[in-house]
Amino acid sequence: MSDTNQGVTHLTQDTFSQILSDAGELPVMVDFFAEWCGPCKMAAPVIDALSVEYAGKVMIAKVDVDAENQLAQQHRVMSIPTVIIFKNGKEINRMTGFAGKEGYVTMLTKAMSE
Amino acid sequence: MSHVKLSIIGSGPAGYTAALYAARADLAPVLFAGQKSGGQLMWTSDVENYPGFPEGITGPDLMSNMRKQAERFGAQIIDQDVTAVDFATRPFKLWTATPADTTVEPAMTADAVILALGAQSIMLGVPGEREFLGRGVSTCAVCDAAFFRDKRTYVIGGGDSAMEDTLALTKFADSVTIVHRRDQFKASKIMQARVLKHEKVTPRWNTALKEIRGDEVVKEIVLETAGTTETVPADGVFIAIGHTPTSELVAQSVELDTHGYIVTRQSVTKNGVALASAALSDTGLVAFPTMTSVDGVFAAGDCVDVRYKQAVTAAGQGCSAALDAERWLESQE
Repeated sequence: MSDTNQGVTHLTQDTFSQILSDAGELPVMVDFFAEWCGPCKMAAPVIDALSVEYAGKVMIAKVDVDAENQLAQQHRVMSIPTVIIFKNGKEINRMTGFAGKEGYVTMLTKAMSE
Repeated sequence: MSHVKLSIIGSGPAGYTAALYAARADLAPVLFAGQKSGGQLMWTSDVENYPGFPEGITGPDLMSNMRKQAERFGAQIIDQDVTAVDFATRPFKLWTATPADTTVEPAMTADAVILALGAQSIMLGVPGEREFLGRGVSTCAVCDAAFFRDKRTYVIGGGDSAMEDTLALTKFADSVTIVHRRDQFKASKIMQARVLKHEKVTPRWNTALKEIRGDEVVKEIVLETAGTTETVPADGVFIAIGHTPTSELVAQSVELDTHGYIVTRQSVTKNGVALASAALSDTGLVAFPTMTSVDGVFAAGDCVDVRYKQAVTAAGQGCSAALDAERWLESQE
C-alpha cells in the first residue's frame, strides 16, 4: 500500500475538518483503510487511479484507521474498506467493502451531479 | 484485440501457479486477475499451512509473492474482470466489457483457457444481514475485528474460516460466541482446540441465527436452538458459513455439477468420473485430467474442488492444469 501517491491526501484528526471545509462544493471521497486489510489492498490501486482520473473534479483522500482510530469511530466506520463521500462537510454516500472500480465511479458520478 | 496461446482467468493460488508454470513453458500466458485480485487469501491473516513458510505468512503477502513469481517468468497479468466468454468455437473468446457485451469485439482470443475462478463466501439470507453489513455485520473478521474492542460478538459457522474469525476477534472483543447449526465443528482439530480453550469463546451448538436487529448499528440477534428462539444483545455478527464456487461466468459454456462446481476429468464426482471414462486412452490413462467438458478449456482450484479447498491443493491443481494445457497445445500443432 502506497503512502506516497501524489493525488491522494492522507487525513488525520487534526487536518480532517479543515480539509473538508476547504474543499467546499468539491466532493471529497475518503477511503478508510488499514495496512493489514487484504480487501483494502485490492481497493488501493483503484482509488489511487481514480484520484488521477478525477483530479480537479473530486478530492480523494485516505484515513488509516490504525493511526486515526478516533476518526473511524466518529464516522461509524466498523468495516474496512469503507469509502465515504462528503460534500460541504457532510456525508452524502458511503460504500462498505471493495466493490470494484465501477462501484466507486457510480458513487463519484452521482456525487458530482448532486 | 490480441491473440494468445493461453489465457488464465483467476488470481488465487491456482491461477498464479498455472501462470508460473505456463510462463516457464514459454506459453506467454495472459492472466486476468480481476479487480479483486488475490482471491480468498486476501481476506485472511496468517496462513500457517502453506508449506515452505515455517513461521507462517500473511495471505496478502503470499498472494503478492505468487504474483511476482509468475511475472518474473513473463506471465502478463491484467487487473480486469472477464465478463463474458465464448468457448463454442476456437479460438476461444474473452470479453472484459462492463456490463457484459458479446456483440463487441472480444478483448482477447486464446487457443487454450484455464479457469481458476475460485469461490466466494455465502451469506445466510436472514433479515437484517444485508441492512447491517458494515454496521455490525461483517464477512471479514480479520479486517474488522479491531472495531469491536470490548464488544459482544458472534461468529456464525463451524469451519476453519469461522475458527480464524473467532481467533481474530478474541484479540479485541469482550466475548465471542460461535453459533453453529451442528453439535461439532468441521474445522481442523488444531484450530478447534485453539478456539475452544480460549476463555473469551463460547460455542452455541445446534443453533441457527434467525434475525439481526438494531437501529444505526446492530443491537441484538435472534437465535434458535431446538425450536426455541431467544433474543440476545450483540454488537458484531461475523458470517463465515462457507463458500460457493464462482462459476456463473462459464455456466453456459462448460459442464457444471448441481452445486455449481466446474466438472473436469479429475473431479471426484459422478460427473467427473463420466468425463474421465470418456477420455480413457488405449493405455488405460485419462488424458488431460484437468480438462473440462470443452476441449482446450481446463479448470483448477476452488471452482472445481468439491473436497479439499486448500491453498496448497489449489496451487497443485493450477500446476496440473498448466502442464495439461501445454501438452494439449502441443498435440494440436
